Amino acid sequence: MFLGTIIYALLNSAILAVMAIGFSLTFGISGVANFGYGAMYILSAYLSWMLLNLLELPYWLSVCASLMVTMGAGALMYRFVLLRVRGQALSEVIATFGVGLAVLELFNYLGFVGFEYTLPVLIDGGFVIGETMVDAQRILIAAAAAFLVAGLWAFTHHTRLGLAFRGIAQDERTALTLGIDSDWIATISVALGCGLAALAATLIIPLGSISPSEGYEVLIKALAVCIIGGLGSTGGVVAASFIIGFAERFTDAYLSSHWTMIVSLAAILVVLAVKPSGLFGRQKELEERI
Amino acid sequence: MERRRERIDRGIKVRAGDVFALCSWREMLYLIAPRMIPILGFLLMPLVLGTYWQKVLLSVAVFALLAISWDILAQSGMISLGQALFFGLGAYCSGILNHTFGWHPLLALPAATLLGGLISTACLLPVLRLRGVYFSMVTLIIPLMLVRVVEATKIFGGTEGLSGIAPLPSKWIELYLIVGVLLAALFGFRRMLDSDYGLVLKGIKDNDRSVTNAGINIYWFKTQALFIASCIGALSGAFMTHVYMFVGMPVFALDYSILPIAAAVVGGPGTLVGATLGAVILVPLSEALRGIGGLRIVFYGCFLVMFIVALPEGIFHYVQRKYHQFERWVEVE
Repeated sequence: MFLGTIIYALLNSAILAVMAIGFSLTFGISGVANFGYGAMYILSAYLSWMLLNLLELPYWLSVCASLMVTMGAGALMYRFVLLRVRGQALSEVIATFGVGLAVLELFNYLGFVGFEYTLPVLIDGGFVIGETMVDAQRILIAAAAAFLVAGLWAFTHHTRLGLAFRGIAQDERTALTLGIDSDWIATISVALGCGLAALAATLIIPLGSISPSEGYEVLIKALAVCIIGGLGSTGGVVAASFIIGFAERFTDAYLSSHWTMIVSLAAILVVLAVKPSGLFGRQKELEERI
Repeated sequence: MERRRERIDRGIKVRAGDVFALCSWREMLYLIAPRMIPILGFLLMPLVLGTYWQKVLLSVAVFALLAISWDILAQSGMISLGQALFFGLGAYCSGILNHTFGWHPLLALPAATLLGGLISTACLLPVLRLRGVYFSMVTLIIPLMLVRVVEATKIFGGTEGLSGIAPLPSKWIELYLIVGVLLAALFGFRRMLDSDYGLVLKGIKDNDRSVTNAGINIYWFKTQALFIASCIGALSGAFMTHVYMFVGMPVFALDYSILPIAAAVVGGPGTLVGATLGAVILVPLSEALRGIGGLRIVFYGCFLVMFIVALPEGIFHYVQRKYHQFERWVEVE
């Protein structure tokens, strides 16, 4: 029982890290709010589902196509909505959330809810660790999480594009003087974030089914991971995923599933109240509180 | 030959934005008429509307109050994404006072207003120092958490809520109470925000550090603004409890957070009237769209994005500018 809880807590942390990584890239690292993130996650899942089941395309083709379309949607959202309200933090949040709201509720209205709306697993089967049954898909997600986090760190520290992402978050004007086209970089950042959301959906959706309400949950979880870890820190994403992942599984196992969400929300509240820039975020004391 | 459009202030409007030289009845009418529209509109509407649209008028007034409360907070530099917190706490306070202690609705209403305001202020007091988007995120999360706390601990009726709460004595008292409160809040707080006191609040929004420099305790002012705004929110929640004769988890729903923001954004933030105008447009619109079910939230989303991108100043500022200026074509030299 205890070992099983630990194993599932680890896997849950990996799922959280995969869910949050795209949001962290856009909001955390390049400082562009994309509160339509949950909607992009759901959008790509439905696209893959439609391509697979309605057009009967092969799996890889439909997944790649939906990934591309989601990235395109992200770039379009930046060009036509975000670009016009850039720099006004609240307008950015409301506008992107409005886009997300419209997309999610549209799917809700069209009635795409039910168990038949799910994606196939990549690897079938599973194996037993100790006394706990673990399916291969979850192991795959854990591997993907490790790979993505390492990739994100390398990308933001050792490539020109990644450094430009961090540059526009630190000081947009200085970035401009150094020849970084901040609009273009932010477009790429939003598009890549949406692409990662699509990737996360491809990996995680097979564990359950697609539903629009999942979109809000993904957004809240991604937000929780980013805030607790600290904006702009890759290590923070890992640490926060472990904190929330373990807290969730353990409240689930020893308290009741009602408290699962409360624990992660309470964690965000405490972190925001005590250290708004998160556990690993560098302090920007005067910007966050007076 | 190129021409351009020239905008000129009307002669009646001199120097500053709110200094007028009045010489005739006509000019006085020019100023009074726009102010009489909401007053007469809200007072006469209940008499001509049918029962169904009277209920819609009730929710217009309630959402307008929530939007006013949002606007007061926004004008003091606190952007709230969780008006549902104030609404929900007011609703629960009134529900418990009436259901458990058997207070008369007309007594429970003001008590719940103060109590709900006090509790909400106390909830947000620890994070009053947070600025900008950090404060917003806290306000977004607290109502989400309270719903789940009520669900998990099963306090106050848990998922089923408290039903059988006493209604207000009559339909007319109900209608004119909320309309009266709305008009009083609209004009009263507008006046308050134009006074020196309001100037301090707006100063906190523009540059909190220089207000501190002027030797003013900004935390005390922010606390007061928070208390005022949360009292308005709590009042609307408490009122709705007695209209529905029920209070439960839906009072913390996202609707009560999003619609007021949408109303303020559409109507034009920064002038309370804009917030009211937004509610007057959006709430009946959403009633009219009720037939298409879930699709109306899609429209909301699109509406919100459209206004933020295309008309960020809001309808009210646009109309006000058109009213105070006239335009003509002039030749470009």
